[in-house]
Amino acid sequence: MSDISKIMIMMRKAPYGTIYSFEGLESVLIMGAYEQDITIIFVDDGVYSIKKGMDTSAAGIKDFSPTFRVLEMYDIEKLYVDKESMEARGLTADDLIVGAEVVDTETITKLMEEQDVVLPF
Amino acid sequence: MLHLVNRSPYVSTSLDSCVKFAKKGSPILLIEDAVYGAMAGTALEKKMESIMKDFTVYALKEDLLARGVTNVIAGIKEVDYTGFVELIEEHKPTTWT
Repeated sequence: MSDISKIMIMMRKAPYGTIYSFEGLESVLIMGAYEQDITIIFVDDGVYSIKKGMDTSAAGIKDFSPTFRVLEMYDIEKLYVDKESMEARGLTADDLIVGAEVVDTETITKLMEEQDVVLPF
Repeated sequence: MLHLVNRSPYVSTSLDSCVKFAKKGSPILLIEDAVYGAMAGTALEKKMESIMKDFTVYALKEDLLARGVTNVIAGIKEVDYTGFVELIEEHKPTTWT
């Protein structure tokens, strides 16, 4: 068995209301360090994790979204966004802080089936 | 792939997202609060029956019992912890939480 696993991180939660989104990002960084084949997908409220224009300074919480932009440095380049989730929230690809590929439901189903592991956050 | 859903369908979109993205024909196992979706005679029964046309739906017996859900929608398969393990052995699992 290969040491490299195909791992999908499925981001389904908004960034600050729960710890899921932050933990998902942490997991990506850890697994990236072990040179695994990482795919990140943003669906449902997960798309809010990569929305432009967040300013958390007044709320007194940390904006961890800039980290999504440096994942390329960890050779993590497979980022996808669910088209329906994005459009339902009034967002377009231009509203996102990363150049994630916008894909339809069928593509996501196919991507999921190709993985060794799908981890939900 | 085995799709585990653990949130009540009355408060969460977990089941909806599962059904949206899961490959047709896949097994869906309702556990924890998701088993409320398996109860017959509810506002969600028709939706569950529609889901069952595309997926094999299971509900975890121990969680049904714990919540007093005894009238399960016909066609939903009840599995116990042993059955849960058997499903995991057959399919790669993921969770919709």
